[in-house]
Amino acid sequence: MAEYMDRSKDIGPYVPQADDDRIVCRCEEITKGEIRQAVHMGLWTMTEVKRMLRCGMGLCQGQTCTKNIKRIIATELGVALGQLEEPSVRPPVRPVEVGVFGNEVESL
Amino acid sequence: MKTEHADVIIVGAGIVGNAAAYYLTKAGMRCIVLEEEMIGHGGSSRNGGGVRQSGRDPREFALAAYAVKNIWPTLSEELGVDVEYRQNGYLVFGYNEEQDKSISVRIETAASFGVHMEMKRGADLKEICPYVSDHVVCAGWTPSDGVSNPMRTTLGYYIRARELGARFITGEKAIKINKIKGAARQVVTARGNVYEGDKIIVAAGYHGKFLLETVGIVVPMQKKLNEMIVTEPAPRLFEYMVGGMSGFYGQQTKHGSLIFGCPSGREYTFHELKNPVSTSVTASFICESLGIDLPILKQLKVVRAWSGWVDISLDGVPVIGAVEEVPGLLVAIASTGHGYGPGPAVGYTLAQLAMDQPSPVDITKLHFDRFDYGKKQPRYQSASSGGALLR
Ligand SMILES: Cc1cc2nc3c(=O)[nH]c(=O)nc-3n(C[C@H](O)[C@H](O)[C@H](O)COP(=O)(O)OP(=O)(O)OC[C@H]3O[C@@H](n4cnc5c(N)ncnc54)[C@H](O)[C@@H]3O)c2cc1C
Repeated sequence: MAEYMDRSKDIGPYVPQADDDRIVCRCEEITKGEIRQAVHMGLWTMTEVKRMLRCGMGLCQGQTCTKNIKRIIATELGVALGQLEEPSVRPPVRPVEVGVFGNEVESL
Repeated sequence: MKTEHADVIIVGAGIVGNAAAYYLTKAGMRCIVLEEEMIGHGGSSRNGGGVRQSGRDPREFALAAYAVKNIWPTLSEELGVDVEYRQNGYLVFGYNEEQDKSISVRIETAASFGVHMEMKRGADLKEICPYVSDHVVCAGWTPSDGVSNPMRTTLGYYIRARELGARFITGEKAIKINKIKGAARQVVTARGNVYEGDKIIVAAGYHGKFLLETVGIVVPMQKKLNEMIVTEPAPRLFEYMVGGMSGFYGQQTKHGSLIFGCPSGREYTFHELKNPVSTSVTASFICESLGIDLPILKQLKVVRAWSGWVDISLDGVPVIGAVEEVPGLLVAIASTGHGYGPGPAVGYTLAQLAMDQPSPVDITKLHFDRFDYGKKQPRYQSASSGGALLR
């Protein structure tokens, strides 16, 4: 079971910041401001933000940006970094061609 | 430990729970949604995004068609979130004469509900999908089916419902329903909190089974692992949903990536796990199917695999509506691997019933009482008959 969160709790208004247009997820070109706004729409877990915006969903699967996204969300929510769970890591570790993956069936 | 009150208590923040919360709150009702994990933790954020009517069982066809006709076309506008709905058809491949016949049966069923579906072969088929291999001998084509983005739809309903005042509590696992004076009124959670309302909606996927059992309602169903893969973005290939009578299904998302799923034949062997895992075999089966039917996809790179649980009903269709034996209780469970497309209509229907309004479509054949052995003998179909039930 996840941590208890009352999603109606007031986390204050979204206040624009000077570096809101900085790109955080380079694969999908998602900015800090978009992530901050998503939190204010009620997306309070890393996975929810990811599923809405696609940050961390690109070719590198979040290998570069996950930590940065975590910090932005934690700051916005006013919680400790450790309180946020990172999205699941899933196979494959590196991108693999459909043709190559499919060949494996013969050996199964 | 505390007790909180609302008009309606909803268990499960998937597409059904979130949609019900939205329609109820919009109508001025107060509701509280309890979710064990996070918003959209279940199949609702993990599915293929297929919004289909074709191939659906006659008992649930009207519900799927209601969603396609009345909800999906304007949903992005209504929620203020682009749910990436595209009504560009669904093409299902057949590989032999037997499947040709099954597709013809689907065409008849669709026609009886006023939905146009036709058979495509040879040049006609190539015109719609130039990429098919000779392995595909025919295809059923349903222009009014489509696709959307399950993650954005499920979260979109949540965002709007929350904005309108619905309360969502995550990390709150419902473990028991209490009856007061014979009617379901309270939901007790693992943290010991109590939520009380005039109506209780259970839309918790497979795990809702255990909650319903606390009031003696046993839904005959089982849990099955469904897996998918996603590729890197590709140039536009097709705008419709694609599937095969072999069981594979998927779409090219608005983003450009392709998402596909397919059974591996081993999906009933992971019952004991709580959270779904990506197995070491299924991605290969999916890729093999894709490579055979649509060889052009072979060069694309797979960037991720994922999985989710589906709740398979013993007789192939979900259990939706009021439960006669327990006044105040409404359920949507056992969606049998294809509850996303109809999800908005199921949420709307439950919201109507919770407000003592009539159901917008006839759902009597989906009621729980069909399993009441004292009253009638249900005709079971094998739930393990594979891909045909899914998507
Ligand atoms: C890989 C895959 C592909 C699919 N493809 C398609 C498709 O293309 N088209 C289609 O129409 N359908 C598809 N489906 C099926 C579809 O996703 C489901 O039928 C649908 O999402 C069910 O929605 P739901 O709201 O009923 O349940 P869920 O989305 O499962 O939501 C239930 C929620 O309840 C929560 N919960 C469970 N127990 C408790 C408890 N005790 N207390 C509190 N909360 C609880 C869960 O954590 C979960 O968030 C697919 C499913 C999978 C897994």
